[in-house]
Amino acid sequence: MMRWLFTLFTALLLTGCGYNDFQRLDEQTKSAWSEVLNQYQRRADLVPNIVATVKGEAAFEQETLTKVIEARAKATAIQITPETLNNPEALKQFQTAQGELGSALSRLLVVSERYPTLQANQGFRDLRVQLEGTENRITIARNRYIQAVQEYNVLARSFPSNLTAMVFGYQAKPNFAPANEAALAAPPAVDFGKK
Amino acid sequence: MLRRLRPCALLLAALFWATLLGAQPLQAVPPLTARVTDQTATLSAAQRQQLEDKLAAFEASHGSQIVILLVASTQPEDIAAYANRVFNTWKPGRAGIGDGLLIVVATQDRKVRIEVARALEGAIPDLAAKQVIDTALTPRFRQGDFHGGLDLAVDQLGALIGGEALPAPAAPAQPEAAVQWMDLGVLLFILLPVVSSLARRILGRKLGTLATGGAAGVFTFLFTASLAIAIAAALLAMVLTFVAGTSLGSALLSSGRARHHGGSWPGGYGSGGWGGGGFGGGGFSSGGGGDGAGGGASGSW
Repeated sequence: MMRWLFTLFTALLLTGCGYNDFQRLDEQTKSAWSEVLNQYQRRADLVPNIVATVKGEAAFEQETLTKVIEARAKATAIQITPETLNNPEALKQFQTAQGELGSALSRLLVVSERYPTLQANQGFRDLRVQLEGTENRITIARNRYIQAVQEYNVLARSFPSNLTAMVFGYQAKPNFAPANEAALAAPPAVDFGKK
Repeated sequence: MLRRLRPCALLLAALFWATLLGAQPLQAVPPLTARVTDQTATLSAAQRQQLEDKLAAFEASHGSQIVILLVASTQPEDIAAYANRVFNTWKPGRAGIGDGLLIVVATQDRKVRIEVARALEGAIPDLAAKQVIDTALTPRFRQGDFHGGLDLAVDQLGALIGGEALPAPAAPAQPEAAVQWMDLGVLLFILLPVVSSLARRILGRKLGTLATGGAAGVFTFLFTASLAIAIAAALLAMVLTFVAGTSLGSALLSSGRARHHGGSWPGGYGSGGWGGGGFGGGGFSSGGGGDGAGGGASGSW
């Protein structure tokens, strides 16, 4: 009899203290993260095609091109699993690598404006559209991940569910931050005098 | 002391900058009341109606929902972020299928975006959306022909969606509505005599009549969400209760209860049927299914 009562009490306690909510939100952050990875993968898959198309352009700036190739290699080399997701260091590393690939690609697109034959190339234009769409999807996937983590962290920190988190050892998850926080905070240097 | 104050000062400074930077609020998402929402008065009423009819016909034949929004500007966001926000607020497309599509035109920014729900990304990949923008929208927008561009774009997008094997559109919701009317009729038919006699006994004839009418009205309103029908039901219930309360009514009731009810209730039922027209012809509402994950393409002119 006592055992039944105890079981019932524990069950009520756990549902009351957000144990199920933790499970739901944890799963939600994981699936949101998978979507982020999915979109990053999509971008990484596009890069070889873009590089191949641009290579066809004679005398394209080699430096820009190698930067893209290197950044892609770096970004795809980092293996990230749901477990390392709880590790702020690993997340930061991953983010930096992806950020580098993003900026290398946008640099490539800016440089490509100088090559009229490349601009006229239908294949390149198509790849550009796909890349643009992928960047959009990455932004949205990241936003959704940020929201999912926020929801989880609020639960992990607010009373009384923080007690549940303490008992089961659930920690607040690290969230995305802009990769180059310091660069964003610095005011842009505007100098029209130099040429 | 100074040392301890420093973080405070830094925090205040940060807050100050944050308010400065956040001074420009995001554009509000307008309410979804029609398939074509024109906040810039770019389209004439006739042009808007023509597009509206076209989109309604497309939804009737294919089931997918296409909505159009014209705004002046999407600043400070870029059009992709704004369109995605609008899309995920409006959620066009059938629930469970999620086949919605949104065209956003920012006339001052001279930018346009086709936002495609996840379910339609197979039918309209980014490249196809870009092609619609490049061939239909931007050339005509450049000439100032917004209606022509949108009209052509809707045709092209419709053809693309038509090529996809999506579930057939649901049959008009008529049978379901009829069942609901039936439920309402039966419920009122059974409840009303009981409630009215109780109310009359407890509250007296006048108050009881009022209470019964009010209850019937509220009940009908909850059921149909139509004020006109609710008021009609309330009046009808009041008249019935009042008549039943008079000596003449009681005499009639006691002599031919079944006949009396049988005679008057079809009238009440009929009033429901009469209201049904207004109900069915009501405004457009989103199917609530679309999930925009950033598919589609943008362009400028």
